[in-house]
Amino acid sequence: MMKPDSEAALAEIVKSANAPLSVKGGGTRGMRAEGADLSVSALKGISLYEPGALTLVAQAGTPIEEIDRALSAEGQRLAFEPMDHRTLLGTKGAPTIGGVMAANISGPRRIQGGAARDHALGVRFVDGTGAIVKNGGRVMKNVTGYDLVKLMAGAHGTLGVLTEVSMKVLPIPETQATLMLRNLPDAGAVAAMSLAMGSPFEVSGAAHCAKIDKQTPVTLLRVEGFEASVKYRISALKDLLADTGAEMEVACRDMSSMLWQSVRDVCEMENLEGDVWRVSCKPSDAAELAERSGARGWYFDWGGGLIWIRTAPGEDLRTRLGVFDGHATLVRADAATRAALRVFHPQAAGLEKLAAGLRARFDPRGILNRGLMGPVLAESV
Amino acid sequence: MEMPVPDATVLARKSRVVERLQQVLPKDAVIHDERETRAYECDALTAYKCPPMAAVLPTTTKEVSAVLRICHEEGVPVVPRGAGTSLAGGALPTADCVILGVAKMNDVIETNYSDRYIRVQTGRTNLSVTGAVEEDGFFYAPDPSSQLACAIAGNIAMNSGGAHCLKYGVTTNNLMGVTMVMMDGEVVEIGGAHMDAAGLDLLGLVCGSEGQLGVVTEATLRILPKPEGARPVLMGFDDNEVAGACVSDIIKAGVLPVAIEFMDRPCIEATEAFAKAGYPMCEALLIVEVEGSDAEIDHQLSLIMDIARRHNPVELRESKSAEESAKIWLGRKSAFGAMGQINDYMCLDGTIPVSSLPFVLRRIGEMSKEFGLKVGNVFHAGDGNMHPLILFDANKPGDLELCEAFGAEILKLCVEAGGCLTGEHGVGIEKRDLMEFQYAPEDLEAQMAVKDVFDPKWLLNPAKVFPLSVSQARRDVPIAAE
Repeated sequence: MMKPDSEAALAEIVKSANAPLSVKGGGTRGMRAEGADLSVSALKGISLYEPGALTLVAQAGTPIEEIDRALSAEGQRLAFEPMDHRTLLGTKGAPTIGGVMAANISGPRRIQGGAARDHALGVRFVDGTGAIVKNGGRVMKNVTGYDLVKLMAGAHGTLGVLTEVSMKVLPIPETQATLMLRNLPDAGAVAAMSLAMGSPFEVSGAAHCAKIDKQTPVTLLRVEGFEASVKYRISALKDLLADTGAEMEVACRDMSSMLWQSVRDVCEMENLEGDVWRVSCKPSDAAELAERSGARGWYFDWGGGLIWIRTAPGEDLRTRLGVFDGHATLVRADAATRAALRVFHPQAAGLEKLAAGLRARFDPRGILNRGLMGPVLAESV
Repeated sequence: MEMPVPDATVLARKSRVVERLQQVLPKDAVIHDERETRAYECDALTAYKCPPMAAVLPTTTKEVSAVLRICHEEGVPVVPRGAGTSLAGGALPTADCVILGVAKMNDVIETNYSDRYIRVQTGRTNLSVTGAVEEDGFFYAPDPSSQLACAIAGNIAMNSGGAHCLKYGVTTNNLMGVTMVMMDGEVVEIGGAHMDAAGLDLLGLVCGSEGQLGVVTEATLRILPKPEGARPVLMGFDDNEVAGACVSDIIKAGVLPVAIEFMDRPCIEATEAFAKAGYPMCEALLIVEVEGSDAEIDHQLSLIMDIARRHNPVELRESKSAEESAKIWLGRKSAFGAMGQINDYMCLDGTIPVSSLPFVLRRIGEMSKEFGLKVGNVFHAGDGNMHPLILFDANKPGDLELCEAFGAEILKLCVEAGGCLTGEHGVGIEKRDLMEFQYAPEDLEAQMAVKDVFDPKWLLNPAKVFPLSVSQARRDVPIAAE
């Protein structure tokens, strides 16, 4: 495993490479590509943190844990609530900010606060030719030139190796609470979540765990803010959802926090056998898609906009779902299944052509995470 | 401002191009008479004017596709145009171009409250998107000052912001999907009513690309439930630095206002003379607005005022009613008009880290004396987006050039302070030649590589964003008709 300790050394490795490189941060998210491992985990450290400006700049290999620690000392956090994949995938290592951004990892708060890419303000990266490129900056509003920050967030290292990320951070609210509704069927739960999210009460998490074995379904709605505010909004949500007839209870601060960590990390599927998929869809399609999947189990996050689905090993969920507004990503499966079904949803020809064109320009030799997000280029080394 | 020399071979083919465009569009949708094309000679950066060779006003994605296919085949540059409100010259034509205006495309295609989105044709104005959903308790969050007139197409091209983006983000954070026509006429669908991209984040790439990658004809926009209420507090300080420290303390305290607006003394004076909003005469004025129920607003405002009191404000005025709120906002909202009463002005748009505010304002004050031009500062303080308004006299020979030189120095100062050239207006032609100040050659090369992929012939809005000398080799490739 190559672990360059400077951006310049990393650029040199990429420039002189004559074979594919498997780019990674902490290597906790189960993304594998052919070739020698190139890790950014030795590019570490927070280079700038201004709590009063809500901005933080860190080297790509900085562990999330270190960033969380620095932020919480100032009462702030990464508002996009990145998932920790170690529970679900059984991986070891330390998740890094570079990995989080490269994979655009966002958790339950995505519905209110946006995705990782929405909090990324600037990047530095080494492209496939070894050139060092910067884009964006460290200010919240910046439309100077094309937004390659968004392009790099979610490119999974296929267009360049991130070396530094600057991001927007936000205050940790005084407290939180979660309203739990019992026994709603899937479609009813999505309707209840939509009603709540269409209200002014600022729901920052909306998840629904379907019936599993003897466990009864439960729908979770989180609000965060000042103590009095949280109390008021929970009570307003109770009134709003009274017509659902669901039995309701409230999980306060610590309990609420635990519940959402479990939703975020897909803990429910940790010890259950089968492949795990992540389906992004229109919330109102969620119940029907879940039903159509014929899967072993599922639950909804993002008010139904995200379905975690557990299928039999090797089963092609995409075929079962057919055409829908959204996409399915294979998150947990063995190597053979990942190779056969591919991790990412195939795209329309027009978009695939653009993506291939971008790969050909940013990584003309096809050496960065080859084949991870699309077909291998003909002229690859 | 230097613009590329019009391609004589394109101009020579004008009648053929017009004829072909007329075959795919209704007759009145193709404007080619020299008296009429003048209507499209500039956008809101009125210092620069150039009538286009022709202008077209299609009504459907299919028509846009047909127009682009023809222009692609004929090698004719295309300048897309929303409502023409760009302050950066984003829609400034070249003499050999076809203006593709989306103004007639303003339908609402779908509203979906349970999934919280609206799908519109992109000629629709920003404010009328909110207009379509507000009776049902929703709104579209990005709120550029020109929202009454500006089109969603332009908002997407420039990734427009507004006063409330501290809480709600800018266009790119509220855009879920687009239908886009490529320069060769191919139609692509990016994103949709779901969240996050399936592959590369092409949506994020297209948003803010200033109409250089494709023409966006339809957009799926996130809509949000309207807050129960909103009220501001106005505070005045005797020192810019203290006002800056107060902003920082508010943010650090964990209150997240929807807007923090800042005005400096020259701006307060001009505004007061014009709108008589009853603002205190002081060095710096802040308007901080929060949202929620009445009780929630009271609570947040009391926290904010406690923080403000620690900074010895000369004035602290909490709004208790809609009427008082309107009065507090009146001056801020008339600031541009007030400055315009005094003289012509140029509005800049650099962003700086909030912590550099005192330094940057001090330097702007010094430079104002050096250049002999007055400047007032309006500022989205929560996110560091400055709007220095430089006053000049357009009728005085040399004053515009002097003003531009001053503006360039201010923008360089923003970059030096750790910020950027433009926070929400875009680069256009206005800041094109300053790009090398913010970006190294390889940074610009990476951006231009994107354009190479989307528009290999460099026909879409080609003379914008990148310094002409930097993009020259790409634009100079002969593009004779096929």
